[in-house]
Amino acid sequence: MMSILVFIEQFKGTAAPVSWEVLGKARELADQSGKPLAAVVIGDSVESVAQEAITFGADIVHLVEDASLASYRVDPYAAVVEDLVQSYDPTIVLFAATARGRDLAAVVACDLEAGIAADCIDLALDDGKLVATRTVYAGNMLTTVHFDTPVQVASVRARVFPSPQADPARSGTIKRSGAVLPASDLREEIIGFEEVSTGEVSLTEANIIVSGGRGVARDPETGFAMIRELADTIGGAMGASRAAVDAGYIAYARQVGQTGKMVRPDLYIACGISGAIQHLAGMSDSKVIVAINKDADAPIFSVAGYGIVGDLFEVVPALTLEMKKRLA
Amino acid sequence: MNFVVCVKQTPDTAEMSKISVAEVSSGDIKATLVLNPWDEYAVEEALLLQDRFGGEVTVMTTGPETATDALKDAIARGIKNALLLDDPAFSGTDAWGTAAILSAAIRKNGDFDVVLTGKMSVDGNSGLVAPGLARKLGATLLTQVTRILDIADGMITVERQLEEGREIVTATLPAVVSVGKEINEPRYPSFMGIRKAARADIPVWSAQDLASIDPLIGTNGYVPGARWTDLRKPPARASEVVLVDEGSVDASAAKLADLLMAEKVV
Repeated sequence: MMSILVFIEQFKGTAAPVSWEVLGKARELADQSGKPLAAVVIGDSVESVAQEAITFGADIVHLVEDASLASYRVDPYAAVVEDLVQSYDPTIVLFAATARGRDLAAVVACDLEAGIAADCIDLALDDGKLVATRTVYAGNMLTTVHFDTPVQVASVRARVFPSPQADPARSGTIKRSGAVLPASDLREEIIGFEEVSTGEVSLTEANIIVSGGRGVARDPETGFAMIRELADTIGGAMGASRAAVDAGYIAYARQVGQTGKMVRPDLYIACGISGAIQHLAGMSDSKVIVAINKDADAPIFSVAGYGIVGDLFEVVPALTLEMKKRLA
Repeated sequence: MNFVVCVKQTPDTAEMSKISVAEVSSGDIKATLVLNPWDEYAVEEALLLQDRFGGEVTVMTTGPETATDALKDAIARGIKNALLLDDPAFSGTDAWGTAAILSAAIRKNGDFDVVLTGKMSVDGNSGLVAPGLARKLGATLLTQVTRILDIADGMITVERQLEEGREIVTATLPAVVSVGKEINEPRYPSFMGIRKAARADIPVWSAQDLASIDPLIGTNGYVPGARWTDLRKPPARASEVVLVDEGSVDASAAKLADLLMAEKVV
């Protein structure tokens, strides 16, 4: 009988928002089968995350705490998840497709000789088995993944499922246990960490993204300053096309597209971006797309809901001003 | 120091939009086949590591005879040793089967310290082979690596890019490292390199060659655990673009701002 285990990713005691999105979808699937929904929280002093998992839909939370588990490392975390799969026997194991979640999902699936679907954009059940949808060929195609293994593993991309509402009145069981791998067996040591500057909205978590492309070529510094001001005004993150990154106008960390970040915000404003296929693959699932481009024939207009044909150096500051008026 | 780079031959990303469902289903993709763009960073990093720490680099791939071109691309960039893993029995494997084939070949090839791969392939988009290789080789897994800081005394120190920031990790060798785009600027194949690659005689190992390392290879031991079905083009976005033109930039910007407020996305 189908049952689900969801890995809840945390960093310094705060859960990754995408983990709640995955848990919300898992709740839906668990309700279809009538089996309790289990989650696993791994770390050190992370009971609050386990409590939160219950408010977001888990019935049982396996809380695995140990000083050696404070930071994510693949070997001890995988050992915990694999141990749980063996002792509690879930058939479906779900992860968020973050840097850590992708890693962990793959290692767990490989060790358990389980089929895996990475970076899924939809999940469903068919006769008690997981059926996953994912994109392939750089977003140019979709495929449905069916599993032939008793355990089915998937990682799920951020923002494909809505975040569930927390219900503080929900009750559930927390089951505590400790690390599975002895600390002496760990092959990896984290010796430094440099957090991304605070106050900056991460591209993958952003509800709004304003991106710049080759259209800034005339004066890249001013162009991206304008784009940043619009993003700041409407509470968004700043992105860029590959062309802008390759031309050295802005850092690769900003790149949206198949070879950059895959994003799915509520609003995506593309400024001076022509809409190369690799860019479209990374952003065309955005809810509302706005294109600002001098070239009325640019492919970006074929995916946009709204567009202004014009020079971003004129349109972006004007739009920033108008948004400031409305949000004041 | 012995470095191995595992690469894949993939369709040219620029031509991906032209690839049809029928072509993928039949296995006959009518697009230019190239070295997987993410693997260019792995090839470059292997060459840089060889410069820094000495030793040998071997590039390998599993694929049909045509995949030799991806190996030749790596040779043209400066890698001396290449290996093609080709056998009809290898077709239809999933990421774990591919990892098993590559890991058996890496073991048979000799000692290894660092195995490099690109972050993912641009066709399958899974990024599973590096984790699979690490587990099957019993090596340390390091993904999302954006800098290799040092290799010394049986340890490798790297910088990894995570959502919240950059982590510096030191880990035991041997290690499987999958690299991100930030790590380097891949060189182009040189003219001399291309000539050398054209003349290169690349050994081919079959299932039989690997059976002494892993007897499951080429048998039914590696049955895919997941199957792709219903390959399809994503549904086109239904909406027609509404072009805002109120005569002046300011008036158009005001109108667009109103539309976005009405959409409740700001």
